Amino acid sequence: MNIVVCVKYVPDAQSDRSFNEADNTTDREGVEGLLSELDEYAVEEALKIAEAGEGEVTVVTVGPEQAVNAVKKALQMGAHKAVHVSDEAIHGSDAAATSLILAEAVKKAAGDGTPDLVITGMSSTDGVMGVVPAMLAERLGLPQVTYASELTLHGDKVSIRRDGDAASETIESTLPALVSVTDQINEPRYPSFKGIMAAKKKPVETWSLADLGVDAGRVGLDAAWTKVTSFAKRPPREQGQLVTDEGDGGTKLAEFLSAQKFL
Amino acid sequence: MFELSQDHEDFRKVVRDFAEREVEPHVAQWDRDSHFPTDLVPKMGDLGLFGLVVPEEFGGSLDPDEGGAFTSLCVAIEELGRVDQSIGITLSAGVGLGINPILSYGTDEQKQQWLPDLVAGRALAGFGLTEPDAGSDAGATRTKAVRDGDEWVVDGAKAFITNSGTDITSVVTVTARTGTDDKGRPEISAIMIPSGTPGFTVEEPYHKLGWHISDTHGLSFAGARVPATNLLGEQGSGFKQFLKTLDDGRIAISALALGLIERMLAESTAYASSRTAFGKPIAVNQGISFQLADLAVMAETSHVLTYKAAWLKDEHDAGRRSVAEVKKAAAIAKLYTSEAAVSATRIATQVFGGNGFMEEYPVARFYRDAKILEIGEGTSEVQRMVIARHLGLPTA
Ligand SMILES: Cc1cc2nc3c(=O)[nH]c(=O)nc-3n(C[C@H](O)[C@H](O)[C@H](O)COP(=O)(O)OP(=O)(O)OC[C@H]3O[C@@H](n4cnc5c(N)ncnc54)[C@H](O)[C@@H]3O)c2cc1C
Repeated sequence: MNIVVCVKYVPDAQSDRSFNEADNTTDREGVEGLLSELDEYAVEEALKIAEAGEGEVTVVTVGPEQAVNAVKKALQMGAHKAVHVSDEAIHGSDAAATSLILAEAVKKAAGDGTPDLVITGMSSTDGVMGVVPAMLAERLGLPQVTYASELTLHGDKVSIRRDGDAASETIESTLPALVSVTDQINEPRYPSFKGIMAAKKKPVETWSLADLGVDAGRVGLDAAWTKVTSFAKRPPREQGQLVTDEGDGGTKLAEFLSAQKFL
Repeated sequence: MFELSQDHEDFRKVVRDFAEREVEPHVAQWDRDSHFPTDLVPKMGDLGLFGLVVPEEFGGSLDPDEGGAFTSLCVAIEELGRVDQSIGITLSAGVGLGINPILSYGTDEQKQQWLPDLVAGRALAGFGLTEPDAGSDAGATRTKAVRDGDEWVVDGAKAFITNSGTDITSVVTVTARTGTDDKGRPEISAIMIPSGTPGFTVEEPYHKLGWHISDTHGLSFAGARVPATNLLGEQGSGFKQFLKTLDDGRIAISALALGLIERMLAESTAYASSRTAFGKPIAVNQGISFQLADLAVMAETSHVLTYKAAWLKDEHDAGRRSVAEVKKAAAIAKLYTSEAAVSATRIATQVFGGNGFMEEYPVARFYRDAKILEIGEGTSEVQRMVIARHLGLPTA
């Protein structure tokens, strides 16, 4: 089974994240980045499938130079090979353009065909739009089953469990298909020392838009359907309110919480 | 030399991530309960931490062509030690005292029997050298092993043995007298005693000042019988063997101290920048900022000494450096870093003021944990003896 996992390199949520002053895009260069945590679940699920039977896992990322670290981490976890699509013209691409580039990359990674399974995270941890998986499936002409909290393969079908507020649905699709997974589906492994050393020898291909036959005019900031027109930093957090306990601390605390509608 | 390799830094990231996600959230509670987290050990095994210096045939990842394996181990100990010292010593002792003697002196059969489980983190092993009446003077071992047919019969007691009484402890290697040499001096050998051997009792855990999460027990042996094949290494070379074991262990303790000092620097810097007194952050006072500067010097010096010693050890393993060089560098690193660690926790708790005395803040735990670094794997006095021996001084 041929599995392609799409992963994103995102700014570390624990570092000081910001936007570029010039064009209001996310600053991806001035901050430490990492493989989006939500994508670790996608990588783990692909590895589990590959380990349970026969299969090859290819990870694909679209992003600036440092984004190669996202696929590197996936290779350390155990993925077999990686593709990094990198091109100046990609800067500022919106979700629609990203899905266009990804679609071409997925096809090329699968030897100009379609992989048996495309797995993605349910959303990125920076943009948090969650629309790329659906757009990508559409562009690839694949059925999409999204927000999977459990994934089972049987024969040429994949079935998933999607947990909603009111019910859990079991959804089935024929293969090939695209599945996006939630953070409930598994517990991603840490790369082992052996994995880190093995990853050094695994192939990472770097492709440009030209390599994919994607017209640079269809992607990037200028082609984006939506734009961030301005941003304002959140004001720093204010000092919390101190409740002095004069025997009635509990009551005061309850009053505070109910005033804030927590109770 | 002044930078670790990219591989080491990649590995550091993974261990830090692991420590922050799997250890940090639980560590205050484990410390309060003196709880040894048995479940964490196989997870550390999955990461490959126990197998860094072990060849692949026994489940490890040692690649002699790559080199730098001991340095990798130090990186792992440093990163775990930043988050918790007990977890750091569990790894350090697990490899240095548990795995190392078997790996260095074991027969192929012994290695096959014990190492795969130890490397995977399915089991832990201990090393029993210290006795109630033989610590710094470890040659004064009184525990005796007498050959009876094809068995050794062991009688005696060991004190303060790390990883000796966990639910997954599989074996403890102990030093014991097995006779006298031609000069009439006691002959010391190392013998492996599997957990559960009749006559081998693991005493109740100690009540310790620090290292609450680490497993430490006294052991007693009353006619404990093990097969003759449980002799580890040559009969009579137990003394030489453990001295070698201790050299590596000392560098590992330096890495543990280094992790502690870096944590104290980070904690103190953050606290001094946010805590205000007299209307300003306390860090604006030189009385505070100079202490932070001292912490930075301790962290830097400890880093250099630790990784120089680790590098020498890796170079020695590759046949390019003498054992004497490793010995001296290990003693210097252990002495400096452990004493700096104690100073660093004293500074950190002082910067934290009253909060530093409260268990809600991790500096309090590190304050309790630091002191043992000056005692275990050879006291500061013993390190000074070793260093002085390398100075070519006249002997008494
Ligand atoms: C938590 C913990 C875990 C441990 N784990 C292990 C383990 O896994 N395996 C193991 O074998 N041991 C272990 N030990 C034992 C440890 O290595 C010894 O405690 C240490 O070597 C000191 O020995 P001692 O306690 O007998 O002190 P002593 O040897 O009695 O020393 C007392 C004091 O006298 C000083 N002193 C002794 N001789 C001299 C001299 N010639 N000149 C100057 N000063 C001297 C010492 O430096 C020290 O300050 C552990 C100890 C602890 C506390």
